Amino acid sequence: MSAGRFHSWGLNPKSNGKPLRVSSRFEPLNLPDNGLVLPFGNGRSYGDSCLNNEGYLLDTRSLNHFIAFDQDTGILRVEAGVLLADILHLVVPRGWFLPVTPGTRFVTIAGAVANDVHGKNHHRAGTFGCHVTALELLRSDGERLHCSPDENPEWFAATIGGLGLTGLMTWVEVQLKPVMNPYLQEETLRFSCLDEFFELNKASEERYEHTVAWVDCMARGSALGRGAFYRANHHGSAAPAHRPVAPRQGLGLPFIPPVSLVNRASLRLFNEVYYRKQPLRRSRTVHYQSFFYPLDSIRHWNRMYGPRGFVQYQCLVPEASGSEVFREILAAIAASRQGSFMAVLKVFGAKQSPGLMSFPQQGVTLALDFPNTPATAGLLERLDELSRAANGVVYPAKDSRMSAQSFQRYFPQWQDFAQFIDPRFSSGFWRRVTAEPAS
Amino acid sequence: MKVLIIGATSAIAESTARRYAARGDRVFLVARNALKLETLALDLQVRGASWVGSMVMDACDTDRHQEMLSAAIDGLDGLDLVLIAHGTLPDQELVQKDYPATLQALEDNFLSVVSMLTGIANVCEQQGHGTIAVISSVAGDRGRQSNYVYGTAKGGLSIFLQGLRNRLAQTGVNVLTIKPGFVSTPMTAHLNGSGPLWAEPDDIAAGIVKAVEKNRNVVYLPAFWQLIMTIVCAVPESIFKRLKL
Ligand SMILES: Cc1cc2nc3c(=O)[nH]c(=O)nc-3n(C[C@H](O)[C@H](O)[C@H](O)COP(=O)(O)OP(=O)(O)OC[C@H]3O[C@@H](n4cnc5c(N)ncnc54)[C@H](O)[C@@H]3O)c2cc1C
Ligand SMILES: NC(=O)c1ccc[n+]([C@@H]2O[C@H](COP(=O)([O-])OP(=O)(O)OC[C@H]3O[C@@H](n4cnc5c(N)ncnc54)[C@H](OP(=O)(O)O)[C@@H]3O)[C@@H](O)[C@H]2O)c1
Repeated sequence: MSAGRFHSWGLNPKSNGKPLRVSSRFEPLNLPDNGLVLPFGNGRSYGDSCLNNEGYLLDTRSLNHFIAFDQDTGILRVEAGVLLADILHLVVPRGWFLPVTPGTRFVTIAGAVANDVHGKNHHRAGTFGCHVTALELLRSDGERLHCSPDENPEWFAATIGGLGLTGLMTWVEVQLKPVMNPYLQEETLRFSCLDEFFELNKASEERYEHTVAWVDCMARGSALGRGAFYRANHHGSAAPAHRPVAPRQGLGLPFIPPVSLVNRASLRLFNEVYYRKQPLRRSRTVHYQSFFYPLDSIRHWNRMYGPRGFVQYQCLVPEASGSEVFREILAAIAASRQGSFMAVLKVFGAKQSPGLMSFPQQGVTLALDFPNTPATAGLLERLDELSRAANGVVYPAKDSRMSAQSFQRYFPQWQDFAQFIDPRFSSGFWRRVTAEPAS
Repeated sequence: MKVLIIGATSAIAESTARRYAARGDRVFLVARNALKLETLALDLQVRGASWVGSMVMDACDTDRHQEMLSAAIDGLDGLDLVLIAHGTLPDQELVQKDYPATLQALEDNFLSVVSMLTGIANVCEQQGHGTIAVISSVAGDRGRQSNYVYGTAKGGLSIFLQGLRNRLAQTGVNVLTIKPGFVSTPMTAHLNGSGPLWAEPDDIAAGIVKAVEKNRNVVYLPAFWQLIMTIVCAVPESIFKRLKL
């Protein structure tokens, strides 16, 4: 039943896009006479924004070379398919770090640009796209566009957060940030309700580069909105007293179990135990891999939801309404009797991304995962209603189900963006969310 | 270490080269595609190689083998390890109909390697040290209808290496035969393989580096292929010939 590597992380929807290998960044795109294509990075998007049913996927795995690294300035240029993991492996021992990183290091640099990904330091650093200094875009007619904030700036803006639709990125150049060592000094604080979360966040934003929270989304009543707040800075000393080792690649799921291992009982238990396990307050030195990529040490954890896969939902609403909207969202989830392992809350900052279609903006974001069931579909429609009413947005990288109407409401600039789309490029996501004109 | 890699732009060779580059070794790369070669040379420099040289050469251009070897030894300032990795997987249906295509497959996978090894073996023998590592294949262990021309080339290569190992055994030179199973690389991309039998190029690279370090003679990569091939080779021919393999 395995579709090889060309599926998305949520293992749904199924898609039959045929791989076409890009073998060198210097070669022209070798496209078939007919059919639509979409670049494929490492399939860490959850839904159909990295899929192209009935079309072709440009397999960028061979574009995995470093091009140049200036150790004095921290400017790094690499081919589009290089994984963030490979970058870290090279640059951390030399005193540099990614300016922004998502919650897994197994994404390609072009994938990070195409979704203009965010990390736990959004309130300071903005998105990944804020740190891209240049990139090359290869169009299906053979044209190569060198894009930067100064050169072809409109193409630069369209490609950052451009969902892979503006052409193939062949390489990306990014400004890294200096670090003293691979460690972070992390503090964990338990909170008992959403208001407490917002207070903690406010008190932490100035002094901490990284802030994020986990919420127990199975809790109800007076426990609603309880969770744990994490804040951290890169460790400032050249020789920290305590030097924890990187987590080992642990066991993974070697195959997809016939039924989902995730159900109400396991979710409730997990959330309860996880909450209890969080210290009231703790400070410690941690390796960057444990801090940024806790899930990366369980290989193929996405398989635990069984053959039907799962869906992610990540929305963002203005901070003023955040507390209220999330209370409603958490209540709706609790009422639906659905639940999520990893509900993650984060307040984004004001720093603007150059990206035309970027998801992040100032506000509060909540990310959740759910088994892919009919009940979930109803719940997410309800959450969309709440997000729309609050003038929110939903993250395309994690979506496989939002309606065209919702999308066009969240991203009113989509028609401006459409003029930058390469005529030979498309995705399952794009066809879905532009299928019907919004009323 | 001073490392010469032929067929350097193969996915398996690239991954292996990166492991040596990260250790700060000196490498000399040989491949037929100039742009891919240049791309890899830059990549290895960024990753930490202390010196990178390269030469564009088609492996079947046997007239240039001596020149290539001299350029490598000059550039590297010696020779500790040679890795030969180039190869092609011919279309079995085509080679069944077309002798020139068969001959080309034998040249790509066998004769070109034999020509290189002639010069390389003599250099290593004379200097009294070094490792000669060559990528053969599990396909060379037993002939099968689906790929016996490729299998013949790799099988012949394995026998050649076995003899060479025997010849050089007393000289301090080690000959390593590398037999990968299914690996996801451009060569096998059309098979769209996935599942537990398929390895990534970097898994094979890790195995190669380790086998070189341990002066191994023959390695199956990943190791479980040794068991599979033992079973495959144990099936009596009267039964084997009826199987659809
Ligand atoms: C465990 C986990 C945690 C995550 N945490 C976060 C997080 O904290 N923040 C966040 O923002 N995201 C997060 N994500 C989502 C992930 O970062 C994005 O979906 C990312 O874009 C995936 O990159 P990829 O290389 O796997 O690309 P894919 O998923 O394969 O593709 C993503 C997009 O990039 C395009 N693309 C790929 N290569 C090219 C190219 N060469 N040229 C042009 N377009 C290209 C594709 O067409 C597609 O539109 C997480 C995902 C997982 C699985
Ligand atoms: N992949 C597998 O499943 C598998 C299994 C067992 C053994 N092997 C062996 O592993 C080795 C490496 O292959 P791979 O899997 O890494 O595939 P690959 O990436 O396709 O590499 C094959 C390489 O050989 C080069 N080549 C072919 N003919 C050449 C010639 N005449 N002159 C110079 N270079 C030539 C190709 O160059 P271009 O890039 O210019 O075409 C290519 O770089 C091969 O010997 C192969 O037989 C592979």
